[in-house]
Amino acid sequence: MEAWRLPLSSSIRGKLISAGYTSLSSISSVSSSDLARDANITEDEAFEILKLANQSSGSSSYNGSGSLINGAKNAWDMLHEEESLPRITTSCSDLDNILGGGISCRDVTEIGGVPGIGKTQIGIQLSVNVQIPREFGGLGGKAIYIDTEGSFMVERALQIAEACVEDMEEYTGYMHKHFKANQLQMKPKDILENIFYFRVCSYTEQIALVNHLDKFISENKDVKVVIVDSITFHFRQDFDDLVQRTRVLSEMALKFMKLAKKFSLAVVLLNQVTTKYTEGSFQLALALGDSWSHSCTNRVILYWNGDERYAYIDKSPSLPSASASYTVTSRGLRNSSSSSKRVKMM
Amino acid sequence: MANKLIGEMGLHTKISNIFAARNIITAKDALSMPEFELMELIDVGMKETKSAVALISEATSPPCQSARSLLERKVENEHLSGHLPTHLKGLDETLCGGIPCGVLTELVGPPGIGKSQFCMKLALSASFPAAYGGLDGRVVYIDVESKFSSRRVIEMGLESFPEVFHLKGMAQEMAGRILVLRPTSLANFTESIQELKDSILQNQVKLLVIDSMTALLSGENKQGAQRQHQLGWHISFLKSLAEFSRIPIVVTNQVRSQNRDETSQYSFQATLKDGLQEHTKTYDSHLVAALGINWAHAVTIRLVLEAKSGQRIIKVAKSPMSPPLAFPFHITSAGISLLSDKGTELKGPGINTIHARGHSDMINFHGECS
Repeated sequence: MEAWRLPLSSSIRGKLISAGYTSLSSISSVSSSDLARDANITEDEAFEILKLANQSSGSSSYNGSGSLINGAKNAWDMLHEEESLPRITTSCSDLDNILGGGISCRDVTEIGGVPGIGKTQIGIQLSVNVQIPREFGGLGGKAIYIDTEGSFMVERALQIAEACVEDMEEYTGYMHKHFKANQLQMKPKDILENIFYFRVCSYTEQIALVNHLDKFISENKDVKVVIVDSITFHFRQDFDDLVQRTRVLSEMALKFMKLAKKFSLAVVLLNQVTTKYTEGSFQLALALGDSWSHSCTNRVILYWNGDERYAYIDKSPSLPSASASYTVTSRGLRNSSSSSKRVKMM
Repeated sequence: MANKLIGEMGLHTKISNIFAARNIITAKDALSMPEFELMELIDVGMKETKSAVALISEATSPPCQSARSLLERKVENEHLSGHLPTHLKGLDETLCGGIPCGVLTELVGPPGIGKSQFCMKLALSASFPAAYGGLDGRVVYIDVESKFSSRRVIEMGLESFPEVFHLKGMAQEMAGRILVLRPTSLANFTESIQELKDSILQNQVKLLVIDSMTALLSGENKQGAQRQHQLGWHISFLKSLAEFSRIPIVVTNQVRSQNRDETSQYSFQATLKDGLQEHTKTYDSHLVAALGINWAHAVTIRLVLEAKSGQRIIKVAKSPMSPPLAFPFHITSAGISLLSDKGTELKGPGINTIHARGHSDMINFHGECS
């Protein structure tokens, strides 16, 4: 690898190259004091460069798990990790089925659709469902709701929280009759207490918040889902330079992925819709462009099919493309086919 | 928040000076580019750049609140829990109290259906004292097409709230609280709303009505992308105005005919073939709301007024907290009144399509155009 690929400031890089250190092997074979003298930089800077160079070239020492390259994991270990991954239910079992059990943690999922299809509803439902205690098959975690458009209606969140508590109490009642089970402690207001709400008013605030989330979540380790409603709004109108916008957006997507992996939480990005001219006709597509559509791991599109709302898995590394119907009721998201109002508990 | 000065964020002086030298003054300047680019620009190591960005980000981030404190604050501070009652029982129930404060509500429908009538009634009820279900404040009514008629407003007041209106001087005071603006161009309108932003709180403005948004934009010469960009600015501005001042903003929108090449399908739907008929080609109305899909995303509540086989209907086409219900209504001397408080629930395409059948003979009420 070449030396100019190292993440260094340009003046230091310039000094390195003019001193003759163009490849990594030449850097790693020299001591820090020699490097400092040759390239006319301080000892500390030389030490940093050597550290970076060694990281990039990769050490050939073996790890305890037998990996050849630092940081690599073998697929068998990953399979075990993936299977034990918790998932957040959407309260609609048909939807959960096509999602492989629910929204997966450690992944970034993008959900998009026309106005009024139920994106905010899914967002609010997920921020309530992530709090379902472990005894009921949930994650017992907290939620971060980043609202960029002001669509979060707290009265609706209360409605959904109340329905969730009612369903859990019904389940507890059943368990009480047949088994010994503990009384449910959670109240709807407690559920609202565990939703961390941020109102973002410009794309600068959005970027700042994403940068800041690492620190925030380190201080609030229970957070298991981050919902952004919507990722599009500010970037659609206020950004003039589209090339710049694409770069900033991809950096943001990477940061979200890092957060998801680091804290094992689910990131759900809600997106809007635009019309695109392809193959000779206008079609609907999710907003923010083609480059953005590569950034998210999973992609779900919500659409109208006849009289019903449907969700379609458009992009996923492990799930087949499938669609399922759902409805939005006063109690939140539910199955459309079943007439029962009960939430299916895992 | 985006314009927060970097100089005041408590960064290390050395970095602070470098930022200033490169003309990166506000948080927006620093965060609008990827970190790698920033590092190149200021010629500082990666670790230092990252920590500077982290500090700037923390200072610029919006504050965190729990949803619970949001609810408590709403109930405490806002009168009537943040809603403006429309005095239409069925509609108020569906919308959990009335037109919500702090968000954009849109009224869309064919010409002559009753949008301006609805707006005038709302303006009147907002000016009422709290005891009569009003917001006890001023109303700014932006009347682009000269549809506002004070005579009609007084008539509505006398018919629907006789006990209030017959009190001495009440009519004058209520009508006096409604400020009507007639902007001559989009630029004029933009100026006025910017002025309004600063003076809303001091002047006790409790409702902003814009009738109609479409007419403002159609007067301009710009086409296509430029126009969308202009609209985009207004969307952001109105939304932040609503939220910042916690007042309801009601905007009316017109309809236009759907182009033949317009579609409502995704690329995967053609191959999916879910077994349902091609309903998209058999609609009996060719009308859609004007202003585009971006606008449709931006409004929080969309009320569609339409006419179907001679009956006027108001339906809640988009609302995060209500099911899509439709109510039949008619217009009387007291304004709009519902014929039934029990709405019928709509499904699928019926929610967003706009009908204007059997409507042309209903336009003139009392000879005054609505």
